[in-house]
Amino acid sequence: MSTAPRTVVVTGLGMTTPLGGDVPSTWAALLAGRSGARTLAESWAEEAAVRFACPAAVEPGPQVGRALARRTDRSTQFALVAAREAWRDAGAPGTDPDRLGVVLASGLGGVTSLLDSYDTLRERGPRRVSPHTVPMFMPNGPAAQVGLELGARAGVHTTASACASGAEAVAYAIRMIRSGAADVVVAGGAEAPIHPLPMAAFTNMMALSRRNDAPERASRPYDKGRDGFVMGEGAGVLVLESAEHAAARGARVHALAAGVGLTSDAHHIAQPEPHGRDVARAVAAALADADAAPEEVVHVNAHATSTPLGDLAELAALRQVLGHAADRVAISATKSMTGHLLGATGAVESVAAVLSLVHRLAPPTINLDDPDERADLDIVRDKPRELTAGPAVVLNNSFGFGGHNVALAFRAE
Amino acid sequence: MSVTPQAIIEAGLVQIVREIADRPTVAVRSDTSFADDLDIDSLTLIELVVAVEERFAVTIPDDRVRDLRTIGDVVDHVLGAV
Repeated sequence: MSTAPRTVVVTGLGMTTPLGGDVPSTWAALLAGRSGARTLAESWAEEAAVRFACPAAVEPGPQVGRALARRTDRSTQFALVAAREAWRDAGAPGTDPDRLGVVLASGLGGVTSLLDSYDTLRERGPRRVSPHTVPMFMPNGPAAQVGLELGARAGVHTTASACASGAEAVAYAIRMIRSGAADVVVAGGAEAPIHPLPMAAFTNMMALSRRNDAPERASRPYDKGRDGFVMGEGAGVLVLESAEHAAARGARVHALAAGVGLTSDAHHIAQPEPHGRDVARAVAAALADADAAPEEVVHVNAHATSTPLGDLAELAALRQVLGHAADRVAISATKSMTGHLLGATGAVESVAAVLSLVHRLAPPTINLDDPDERADLDIVRDKPRELTAGPAVVLNNSFGFGGHNVALAFRAE
Repeated sequence: MSVTPQAIIEAGLVQIVREIADRPTVAVRSDTSFADDLDIDSLTLIELVVAVEERFAVTIPDDRVRDLRTIGDVVDHVLGAV
């Protein structure tokens, strides 16, 4: 019997984002270069310093059903919507429940449910606090509800690494399958942070763009005028599967989930290490894990949040690891369109990276009107870029407050 | 036509059940069981109890909640309390 780690493949994709309520609509909007940002109509936004965000294109509540919506956080509702789409896309694998796992992350957990419950407590007293409050705000809520719906019994887990959480969930899922703990794992991230408190808190960290007069132009990775990220909400989910399991049931394979690289900065709680030292180590580790040479990489879906420091640190890391090959890699910053979905972002962008590999198209980076001279790699601008046919590797990077770095490598033969 | 207090309470309760359990057309009788007929779990039952307290201005102590198995149990409690 072979003791080599098992090969992991991607057989299902799902997402609900500021650009669309599913994979086809989001992918079409990404290729069209559409922004999901808009001015917030809620009354609390009137007095906020940042009055715009990227809200989900489709409300999740009606899709999950009213009874379930009453007792789940909005982030969990996004997770359910994306997980159902991914599960259908994978052909609803008839898997032994004991061999089915779930790894679903959130950066902030059910923060809006917690805050709403606190409002109820203050305004109406403790007796009126919903008995569903704890399951709604616990960070493992999305994972638990998806696990319940699918009947997953190989382990249901939640990773927490701020804006790297969704990517770390995919990494954890890959390792679960490689180790033999599960044959199929539903993995991803979900986030619903558009609420006055997280908005004010991120604003006061100087993390958010303040371009209130032109929300669609606010998320502008690599542009000289970038001044922070734009908050977004939604979920991304992938169905990962051992290659043997997928082959046995004749499943269509989107890509190989080939490499994982996880490192940490040990530098600062919220600032990126400016030279991309540990980001480079993560990318190098993902390539080594995928047994891939720099020349095989055709596309990177970058973390690129549109912050002054972070965007450049990531490019420096890519240059360091890929060397001259970096000049032939099409780099896309899809947050220019989706905004930053925090704990969901790594999953949504993993879905996008796999779609780039499937369709051989790299989405554009919008609002890159006046590129920062220090962003000296090949950033895809204005319209989608065709990627070469044949064997190829794409990367997805995600980094989180706390200095968490996750690089994922997907491969097509 | 006489409308009994019991009928008024039952009608209000049906409304609450339909709202909380999202069963807009469910048929409810006094022997309808929360767990077996309406798929209402223990957490949702507490949510329902709080809604009943609010609507009928009564108090249902937590240690009584476990005895509430049917629609009729709740109606009896409210009738006894008002």
